[in-house]
Amino acid sequence: MLRLEPRPQPSTAWSYASPLLALAITVVIGVVLFSVLGKDPVRGLQVFFWEPIKNGYALSELMVKATPLMIIALGLALCFRSNVWNIGAEGQFVIGAIFAAGVALMVDRSWGWLAVPAVLVAGVFGGMVWAGITALLRDRFNANEILVSLMLVYVAIQVLNYVVFGPWKDPMGFNMPQTPTFDRAARIPRLFEGLRVNIGVLISLAGVALMWLFMFRTYAGYGQQVGGLAPAAARYAGFSSRRALWVALLVSGGAAGLAGALEVAGPIGQLTPHVPVGYGFAAIIVAFVGRLHPVGIVFSAILMSMFYIGGELAQSRLGLPKSINGVFQGLLLFTLLACDTLIQYRVVLGRRRS
Amino acid sequence: MEVFFLNVATSLNAGTVLAIAALGLLLNEKAGIVNLGAEGMMLCAALAGFATVVHTGSGLAGLAAGMVAGAVLAGIFGLLVIWLNTNQYATGLALSLFGVGFSAFAGVSYTRENLSSKMVSTPSIWADVPVIGPGLARLDGMVWVGLAIMAGMIWFFYRTRAGLVLRSVGENPDSAHALGYPVRRIRWLAVVAGGSLCGLAGAYLSTVYTPLWTEGMTAGRGWIALALTTFATWRPARVLLGAYLFGAVTMMQFYLQGRGVQVSAELLSSLPYLATVIVLVLISRNPVWIRTNMPASIGKPFYPGS
Amino acid sequence: MTDLSKRSLIKVAALTALAGATLIGCGKKEEAAAPAPAPAAAPAEAPKVTKAAWVYVGPVGDAGWSFAHDLGRKAVEAKFGDQVQTTAIEAVPYGADAERVFRDLAQQGNEIIFGTSFGYMETMLKVAEEFPNVKFEHATGYKTAPNMRIYDASFYQDTYMAGIVAAHMTKTGKLGFVGSFPIPEVLRNINAFVLGAQTVKPDVKLSVVWVNTWFDPPKESEAAQSLLNQGADVLLQNTDSTAVLQTAERNGKFAFGWDSDMSAFAPNAHLASAIVDWGPYYIKSIEELRAGTWETKRTVWGVKEGLNDLIKIADFVPAEAKAKVEEVKAGLKSGEFEPFTGPIVNNEGKEVLAAGQKADREWLDGVNFYVKGVEGRIPSK
Repeated sequence: MLRLEPRPQPSTAWSYASPLLALAITVVIGVVLFSVLGKDPVRGLQVFFWEPIKNGYALSELMVKATPLMIIALGLALCFRSNVWNIGAEGQFVIGAIFAAGVALMVDRSWGWLAVPAVLVAGVFGGMVWAGITALLRDRFNANEILVSLMLVYVAIQVLNYVVFGPWKDPMGFNMPQTPTFDRAARIPRLFEGLRVNIGVLISLAGVALMWLFMFRTYAGYGQQVGGLAPAAARYAGFSSRRALWVALLVSGGAAGLAGALEVAGPIGQLTPHVPVGYGFAAIIVAFVGRLHPVGIVFSAILMSMFYIGGELAQSRLGLPKSINGVFQGLLLFTLLACDTLIQYRVVLGRRRS
Repeated sequence: MEVFFLNVATSLNAGTVLAIAALGLLLNEKAGIVNLGAEGMMLCAALAGFATVVHTGSGLAGLAAGMVAGAVLAGIFGLLVIWLNTNQYATGLALSLFGVGFSAFAGVSYTRENLSSKMVSTPSIWADVPVIGPGLARLDGMVWVGLAIMAGMIWFFYRTRAGLVLRSVGENPDSAHALGYPVRRIRWLAVVAGGSLCGLAGAYLSTVYTPLWTEGMTAGRGWIALALTTFATWRPARVLLGAYLFGAVTMMQFYLQGRGVQVSAELLSSLPYLATVIVLVLISRNPVWIRTNMPASIGKPFYPGS
Repeated sequence: MTDLSKRSLIKVAALTALAGATLIGCGKKEEAAAPAPAPAAAPAEAPKVTKAAWVYVGPVGDAGWSFAHDLGRKAVEAKFGDQVQTTAIEAVPYGADAERVFRDLAQQGNEIIFGTSFGYMETMLKVAEEFPNVKFEHATGYKTAPNMRIYDASFYQDTYMAGIVAAHMTKTGKLGFVGSFPIPEVLRNINAFVLGAQTVKPDVKLSVVWVNTWFDPPKESEAAQSLLNQGADVLLQNTDSTAVLQTAERNGKFAFGWDSDMSAFAPNAHLASAIVDWGPYYIKSIEELRAGTWETKRTVWGVKEGLNDLIKIADFVPAEAKAKVEEVKAGLKSGEFEPFTGPIVNNEGKEVLAAGQKADREWLDGVNFYVKGVEGRIPSK
């Protein structure tokens, strides 16, 4: 009889192996799924794991997709480690995009090199404002941040619709809900000619480094996380849980807003009702699969992007519906959570000794 | 006046989807489990129900299939969070994301199907009753089911021993465990039953409310249902009222448009969500009120023998 | 800083550098191989296999807009057999993803790519610039390039005829319209619907409800229900699902099918379906491509070219309505009849088209008002 027995202490080996095992299980299920659907499983694996990285163009597209995921997940990692459950990153992403677009629409060539930083800062600010609402309501009124941040996602989408259908609508746009395309000066500079990857990728890598430093090398970062792991101990040690709440939400909100700004001033180039594509939710998976660790998040963001792009390619190459990517992403998180139990427990054969 | 009752009826219909799902989630939360996977469960159940009706022609079979789908997904969720003690929020989220993706994926071939030829619409005997007749005729049978479920839940929670045990598990699982109750099994049963109600709501959506299948057709209703339990301070009757209110708000935006009222459509669309936030704030301000109403062990994992 | 943290910093820095170097290295390699397109740039000879691709904004199963385009694609396959190899990508959202899809299709060797939604315009322009040998066709847009042209249909001709049928069937004199977005195309459809109905019942009224989406069945259903609640008994839509029709069926009222034949969805409520048949246009495009006569222009077809039609008029519709529709159809087919012929007055009393004048392309493109008989105001005006 198989039984779960708690380990004397959490296994570090398994905390690295768990995501890999989860990935392996997901891949196996994927192969089975492909076969059941009558598709060549090898070709399926190829589409998901080889095509997205096989040349420079593909890698560039991968990074374009991974950048917003990484940035948002970094903020969420801090948040979750502080035991603040910000599920509303999608809303903060959207509001960040709106603020960024607001600045971008004002930009023209005379702004010079100031344009892009201004747009990005606006995005960060917007995300912070939106997350700040959640923080305020939790701080002052004790309102559950999960529900508040989630409801604000829908409100954010309505704000986007309002702005894009109304005051900011492109007068030359045939009454279609979209803003004018941003001036070239406000667009995020690309890294290489002909490829879509832009400086967002550098920003996200810098963010990885900064977050790592903050989390693991600063006193403040330590205090932040202790609040999440052991609130009573934190209080005893004098770490303010109020401050932890605000820092967590403002940082993750700002990060999500930054990602929104990068998307809207980068690949999209204007504000449309289609800005929210679920990065805020996917980033939650990225954060978890990355073990809430900045370096892990880099890898899990790349992995998730491979799922995204692979799913798209699966349509044209294999004739599979695009939604298969959602299946894999959900499956990955599920299996990860299940495998994570192996960190705390070990599987034992035999009866309980009693 | 007839128009008024027609609007009331359609609001009740719209609200019933939320009501039944929210009652299911309430069942979960009374036992101390938060299931964020409502959206995913509802979508998978909607697909299951729709597909069943397409293949069998029976509306009842469709609803039953939806309940089974919801129960199965909830069961898996329950295994993970109750027996393996995974993080409830993360697992629920995973269920949501997976359910959304899986239903979209598996439902691709059903998007072109229609149920009209399979389900005969019977003219209602109520239609000729003056004033309220057309409204009553327009009321879906599910509304009565929703009321019945609410009544059943009130009776179960507050008038039966089993309900009392469930509530005590939700308040203080450790004490319940000390008293010898199988806490984990009770929680799991609550989760499965709650999931089947979410499934019922999902199947209703796709087989009766809008007899069509589209990916993502719940459009956030699962999340609103989650908010509803808090909105209603965990009381079944209030859950129903809140759901009907939200249903009315949903219909309100079209009603006002049709009247030529120039209220921002976006403001109207965000009303249900803003209302939830406001109520959340109001009830959370008073910690005593929260303590007396919210099952104390919500979201916390339970370790027997700890 | 301790030794440990210095090492960790170095690790992170190295990772960053490595990532950057990889990108640069691969980037240089990729530039060398310029994004090369179609196998043959010269005008193709008939026996060659042409690769063509379609991009849809919604799922093919929506039974509406995207479905109709896919039927057109299938018509191409049927006509050309194995001379043409087609690919279709569905549910491609506007924005960054669309760019990737279009570029991928171009790189995969497709010689002609059809983007079937307004929102792809900027994306297609961008990609068209990079692939000068690939032809791009954009539906319902207004920007072109040397290798990108635009095409559109004339749905308003369908709605005019539907208006005639609706006026014959309405008992309350109130019609309802479930609209997607208040863009000129949809406003044209609304206005034509009312004008057509007014030729039968001059005092007919129309209420419009906007759902701000092309496709959302539960929302469309709720919008339809609210129109019915207010007394409308014949509905028309500009959204892509069968929800409006089915809602009408449930309430014992009438509605029309849209984009494709929806008669099977509502046996009692279905009056007729206002359809678009893209087949003739797609076939012509492919023929032009293969013959080397493809050129940039704007094509707007309608009933005359067989692109639009009002079909499957229900048996229970009175004969005189059917006769009137046939009369109008003949006029449209010969090109003599224009539904938008003056005098036309908008619902604020201002004349927008003088008596006897026929609407021209510019007038049609710029429709941003409701005609008399439509209640309310266009949102965000």
